[in-house]
Amino acid sequence: QLLVFVATPGCDGFPSLDSKESYKLSVSEGSLLLSADAVWGALRGLETFSQLVERDENGTYYINKTEIVDFPRFPHRGLLLDTSRHYLPLKAILETLDVMAYNKFNVFHWHIVDDPSFPYESLTFPELSKQVTHPSHHVAPSSGDVQTVIEYARLRGIRVIAEFDTPGHTLSWGPGAPGLLTPCYLGKYPSGSYGPINPILNSTYQFVTSFFQEISTVFPDFFLHLGGDEVDFTCWKSNPKIRAFMKEMGFGEDYKKLESFYIQRLLDIVSSLGKGYIVWQEVFDNRVKVRPDTVVHVWKEHSTPYMEEMANVTKAGYRALLSAPWYLNRISYGQDWMAAYQVEPLEFEGGPEQKDLVIGGEACMWGEYVDVTNLTPRLWPRAGAIAERLWSNVTVRDLQDAYVRLADFRCKLLRRGVQAQPLYVGYCENEFSG
Amino acid sequence: HLTVTGPVAILKADEVWGALRGLETFSQLVHEDDYGSFLINESEINDFPRFAHRGILLDTSRHYLPLKSILTNLDAMAFNKFNVLHWHIVDDQSFPYQSIYFPELSDKGAYSYNHIYTPTDVHLVIEYARLRGIRVIPEFDTPGHTQSWGKGQKNLLTPCYNGEQPTGSFGPVNPILNTTYDFMTRFFKEISSVFPDAYIHLGGDEVNFDCWKSNPEVKEFMKKQGFGTDYAKLESYYIQNILDIVSSYNKGYMVWQEVFDNNAKLKPDTVVQVWMENNYAHELSRVTGAGFTAILAAPWYLDYISYGQDWKKYYSVEPLNFPGSEKQKDLLIGGEACLWGEFVDATNLTPRLWPRASAVGERLWSSSNVTSLQDAYKRLTNHRCRMLRRGIAAEPVFVGYCAHEARG
Repeated sequence: QLLVFVATPGCDGFPSLDSKESYKLSVSEGSLLLSADAVWGALRGLETFSQLVERDENGTYYINKTEIVDFPRFPHRGLLLDTSRHYLPLKAILETLDVMAYNKFNVFHWHIVDDPSFPYESLTFPELSKQVTHPSHHVAPSSGDVQTVIEYARLRGIRVIAEFDTPGHTLSWGPGAPGLLTPCYLGKYPSGSYGPINPILNSTYQFVTSFFQEISTVFPDFFLHLGGDEVDFTCWKSNPKIRAFMKEMGFGEDYKKLESFYIQRLLDIVSSLGKGYIVWQEVFDNRVKVRPDTVVHVWKEHSTPYMEEMANVTKAGYRALLSAPWYLNRISYGQDWMAAYQVEPLEFEGGPEQKDLVIGGEACMWGEYVDVTNLTPRLWPRAGAIAERLWSNVTVRDLQDAYVRLADFRCKLLRRGVQAQPLYVGYCENEFSG
Repeated sequence: HLTVTGPVAILKADEVWGALRGLETFSQLVHEDDYGSFLINESEINDFPRFAHRGILLDTSRHYLPLKSILTNLDAMAFNKFNVLHWHIVDDQSFPYQSIYFPELSDKGAYSYNHIYTPTDVHLVIEYARLRGIRVIPEFDTPGHTQSWGKGQKNLLTPCYNGEQPTGSFGPVNPILNTTYDFMTRFFKEISSVFPDAYIHLGGDEVNFDCWKSNPEVKEFMKKQGFGTDYAKLESYYIQNILDIVSSYNKGYMVWQEVFDNNAKLKPDTVVQVWMENNYAHELSRVTGAGFTAILAAPWYLDYISYGQDWKKYYSVEPLNFPGSEKQKDLLIGGEACLWGEFVDATNLTPRLWPRASAVGERLWSSSNVTSLQDAYKRLTNHRCRMLRRGIAAEPVFVGYCAHEARG
């Protein structure tokens, strides 16, 4: 019997960035002991324990004598799923949470809405999902889908950080919230198409306040991801009222200032709701005034080399999350897990206090070409390389050794019913039968 | 020929194979309206394939593919009017084919006893394919790509040498021993009777000469035969023997392009498969110029995945875009989409193959003027949803959704 001892009692709370995930595992003749400061560490320890149990040729289960003291290198180890480009059924999300737990991932970054669809069924603004999205593709707090995900994640020590990306990436918000998006103009007349959220109207900020009030209650994590990436200025520039506003505000031709104007007000609104926020790097790059405890999410690989960006963000005193080299949706031929594994998040010029500001990273599975038919094989075992990079010590980087363990782990995933794809030629005792 | 009018639709074909294709088309014309009624538009269709050989290559050596996944893909192939399964059944890594004459080959060469195709399994695949109008052409690739053969057949492969000493490792099939040809004679006798198609694929690609060059007996043989140091001549010597053996069983053969490139003497009805991407149009000219039938695989290696809508580049290939006469162009009888198995098994095969292979399927069936990418996109996304409805886990083409969601 495995004895589990947790110093701080209680398992009704939610995991957070500060959760203690360390544990000690002692296996010897007659004694199996798992101890942890908090229940979250016990979960990690149980996962390790489950992976140490082997079966011999006679079918007997055994575990080697072992003494383990373990804790994560980075506290934020996340996976991003995109449920706007393609809807993902609840079952697929829950299964992904299971496999995340097997890999000791502890953050589910839910990029829930975007341009193509708005599957989140808002209680305050039910029209948002009704207008653009196929009825069976709704994720409803009312029917419990969102709560199901949050609780399922919690039980696995996984935080759910929802991203409602604005002011760009918002086309699907338009039909359900008339007047929210900027009408684009062709000369003197509206062209009929729409652009980012309209930053000059009071109604916009009223909407944003009410909407994020709901989001803040529905999602218990302290952090919300507010997006802020890839804002295309063309539509704003075409709109005469916006041009007038730019003049009034003295922004000149610098639309980044207009973007910042919106973002700052959004951040203030969200702060006043008692939430912290994560933003994509553009918000930092465009010099928006953000709170000191903002987390900046570095995702661009090349416009500034991402390691330089990490240095800049942390030098300015902000916490950073790394995703740039970990876009798992960008598939290519061969063992691309190796490049992901070899990334060293702290490989930039900076002092130790700077490096402490890197709180972790996220593997991203954007959904343009991904849905339930190919999600699992595309995620696993490749994401496992990133999970190890974020949990294990900086010295754990031998590729040969990692290959052996990852290939073995992949077979384990198959045994656990996960449709993880192969790393390279070879076989598992029990193949996926389809 | 399909005529749809009320009250009866009529499908006529010269042979049952045409009827199968027509039934597939008919099944795709039926659609459901908003009230759940099934409808079909009045139509008059005269259809026939542009190319006669429209194949999919599956590799069951780098990764074993359970029977179910092979059968599911035969279904998907039929939905896309593919008519050849090129079964690359064995290779270096494993030998899953359970031979009746040489059971040791799979006993010792398969990944495990659970990673085997028994004679029953093989018959099942052949019959399942036949009912869908799909030919099964097995490939037993030699003399290279044969590491797994050596486990169960001692003395088949060439021992490599370091100076005077054998290193313990082995190279391609040993072309200088009579035992090699005795083995191949018996082995291909079995293959010829197990697989009913008129053709067998004999491989012949990527033969690494290093091991042959290191072996003193092989070097001796080269001298005796007057081959000098041209090991391509030794390779051709081997291949010619195999081709003669297989001919004697009244089978035609397909070979990879190296066999032609290295000047082996081929029977006039040999089919040469062009797979090297570099300058493949030029290769097609040469092969057909020499009077041989060709099939094209080079631009259609679907295992070479990349980010984005790569189906477009597969669709945009025009097989007859090579310098040559009318007669030459007639010799290009079709092509194959290849899904090599280094990184593929049953966990990711179906989404990786479909609907990308569908682009190749249309290119090989439809007329050369069916080339609009916009139009193809609409039909392909629709077809992808259709495959989902039919239980094929085809991956998405781009952002969007299917009315009937895939079961997760």
